[in-house]
Amino acid sequence: MSSLNPGFWRLSYRMQPRHLVSAGRGYSLQNQRRAFWLFIAKGILDDMPPTEARPEANHAARAAARPAAPAQAGRSGSNAAPLDASFESWGRYPKYEAHVVPMHWRQEFPANITGLHNGVLPVGMGRSYGDSCLLSGGNLIVTTAMDRLISFDPATGILTAEAGITLAQILDFAVPRGFFLPVTPGTKYVTLGGAIANDIHGKNHHVGGTFGNHITQFELVRSDGSRRLCSPTQDPDWYAATIGGLGLTGLITWASLRMRPIVSRGIDYEGIQYHGVDEFLALAEEYKHVEYTVSWIDCASTGKNFARGVYMLGDHSQVPGDLFPSPEPKLVFPVEAPGFALNHLTVSMFNSVYFHRQMKPRVRAVQDYEPFFYPLDKVLRWNRMYGKSGLLQFQYAIPWEHGREGTIAILKEVAKSGLASFLAVLKVFGDVPSPGLLSFPQPGITLALDFPIKEGLTFPLFERLADMTREFGGRLYPAKDAAMTAFHFQHFYPQWEQLARFRDPAITSSFWERVTGETPAL
Amino acid sequence: MSTLPVRTYKKILVLGATSGIAEATSRIWAAEGASLFLVARNADKLAAVAADLKTRGAAYVDFAVCDLDDTDKHPALLTHAINSLGGMDLAYLAHGILGDQPTCERDFNAAAHVLHTNFLSPVSLLTWLANYCVQRHSGVLAVISSVAGDRGRKSNYVYGSSKAGLSAFLGGLRNRVDRDGVTVLNIKPGPVRTAMTANMAGAEKMADVNAVAATIAKAIDKRVDNLYVPFQWGPIMFIIQHIPESIFKKLNL
Repeated sequence: MSSLNPGFWRLSYRMQPRHLVSAGRGYSLQNQRRAFWLFIAKGILDDMPPTEARPEANHAARAAARPAAPAQAGRSGSNAAPLDASFESWGRYPKYEAHVVPMHWRQEFPANITGLHNGVLPVGMGRSYGDSCLLSGGNLIVTTAMDRLISFDPATGILTAEAGITLAQILDFAVPRGFFLPVTPGTKYVTLGGAIANDIHGKNHHVGGTFGNHITQFELVRSDGSRRLCSPTQDPDWYAATIGGLGLTGLITWASLRMRPIVSRGIDYEGIQYHGVDEFLALAEEYKHVEYTVSWIDCASTGKNFARGVYMLGDHSQVPGDLFPSPEPKLVFPVEAPGFALNHLTVSMFNSVYFHRQMKPRVRAVQDYEPFFYPLDKVLRWNRMYGKSGLLQFQYAIPWEHGREGTIAILKEVAKSGLASFLAVLKVFGDVPSPGLLSFPQPGITLALDFPIKEGLTFPLFERLADMTREFGGRLYPAKDAAMTAFHFQHFYPQWEQLARFRDPAITSSFWERVTGETPAL
Repeated sequence: MSTLPVRTYKKILVLGATSGIAEATSRIWAAEGASLFLVARNADKLAAVAADLKTRGAAYVDFAVCDLDDTDKHPALLTHAINSLGGMDLAYLAHGILGDQPTCERDFNAAAHVLHTNFLSPVSLLTWLANYCVQRHSGVLAVISSVAGDRGRKSNYVYGSSKAGLSAFLGGLRNRVDRDGVTVLNIKPGPVRTAMTANMAGAEKMADVNAVAATIAKAIDKRVDNLYVPFQWGPIMFIIQHIPESIFKKLNL
């Protein structure tokens, strides 16, 4: 082009100020180019995750962990992994720093804790709300990479898998084969090991019991290297101590679970509005033959709307239908909401909308199992809704004897406090006994509430609620707790001293230290 | 059960089968009912992976414990694997070591080890496998290289150079065997979020290992030549490759 129009270039050359055209020109251009490239390179680097070996961290990091088990142990032996608070519990309170020790293979434990100090704790997805999945200043063995299947027998429905597999992964495998979890909590993002350690329950507790009721056997590895196969008949005392044992009795490497057959993803759903605890109890009695029952309750309203709610029930559809695996959720709660986002007004408004979402007092439909069991899993990291300070859960189980009066009294206390619970769940526990020693459910009524942490309000309320629970003969759920005192815990679970005898000397949790005062021997 | 895509390959040889990406990819193939032959060093880990793949629906799973550094054993190993599978439609090479860059800077033997495992060992395997595929006029050779091979950087140039050599070898091999109906796929992954990093800072930015595996499986179906995964590493490495050396040598990459 310059050859076509040489005059243009001469003209523009002449128009440049003299001092730029001369000596300085080439230099300043070069500088500009350098600055440009530096800018681009910096942008790329900032975009890269902060690992030492950036682009190849993927397979190489796993590969690097593979060859030299002793060397690896030696390095982490000096607690070389940095202390950080990246592993959070679901309530995001309290926040504790710990060393994260990822575990990929069943054979790694206990070699991978040689030389570690201040105790270890096996953890999974961190879906416990409080500090039962945290160990301040200690070592968290994250088991989620131990997610392999071991065997599945369609004739009996018994699935054996490594303990780090999530219930979501189990469903992806089992649903297309016509099987479903025997018990499922309100989220599928928990590990098999965590489900056993907390002896979780679901909407079918009144007929199916807890998760532990469906565990036929598992392997328990202790920090001294001993391995035990535990089942109701083999080492039954270890079996009982580990179910609901909060991960303290050793590391569960694999477990066998009895799945239940289904013919469709569909749930025959019915939603019924109710007003007051008595109507709830009448519905619970009327529908106790239905497999899944639960109710959402509005705890912000007082007066004529006090304790209104929606009773939800469902059975697996008997009409053969689709059995495809669930799609991956796409929504992620993007940022921490500001602390004032959840206040009494917004929660009351939400509760009103939720109550009137179903236009009629009774609604029937065939619903997919995903929205029925896991409505909140649709939005990943929804706990950010509670802002930086996090949330506290409160869940009690009060026996029938005082269930009705206790529930009404606690609901009144909550309404009086001015703190509004965004998600409140009221349910009846059945009388299927759990094999677990420290299992939470007991026949009666259970209520789960969650509150944003507000200074000077939330903790005093929790103290009052814990006292009331104790007076009504109930108990609180360790997996959801971050506030219970040692006095309360030891009153709720007098069998804790038995569990303490089964505890692995190397293993402890911040929860356990808080409620018992025991520290690890490691 | 829903309909599954029909793969043209059903008999798959996986080398380095206990690595994170290899395991995730094998799970996809297993769920589709493929036959798999797995090779890795550790017998316990291999047995765990094999049981998993078998349970997920693989038609046939067999494995051999072997250190792939031992190139003398390659012909016997590959013959055995192909006999076991009754043929081979796809070979997936996923073995490799990162090595320790500071050690490699001091000690040539350490650097040579990285080069041996990441470069010479695949070259030995691919030479045998390519000739096998050429004879049959079919087959796919999918090899995991790395974006690190696109340009040497001070933080890992020994590893990077081994992968650069591998990439160059793959390019040439493809040029030779493409006319015989053999596909050579060069996979260059960026950082991947494995379960290990799930709860760590910056982990949201990394790619999910299962998504990466799904991309690789799809690329193999489509007979892609070069694959950056996730895709944004294509343009990123394009820029990095084109930073003038006068500037690049001053950067801390």
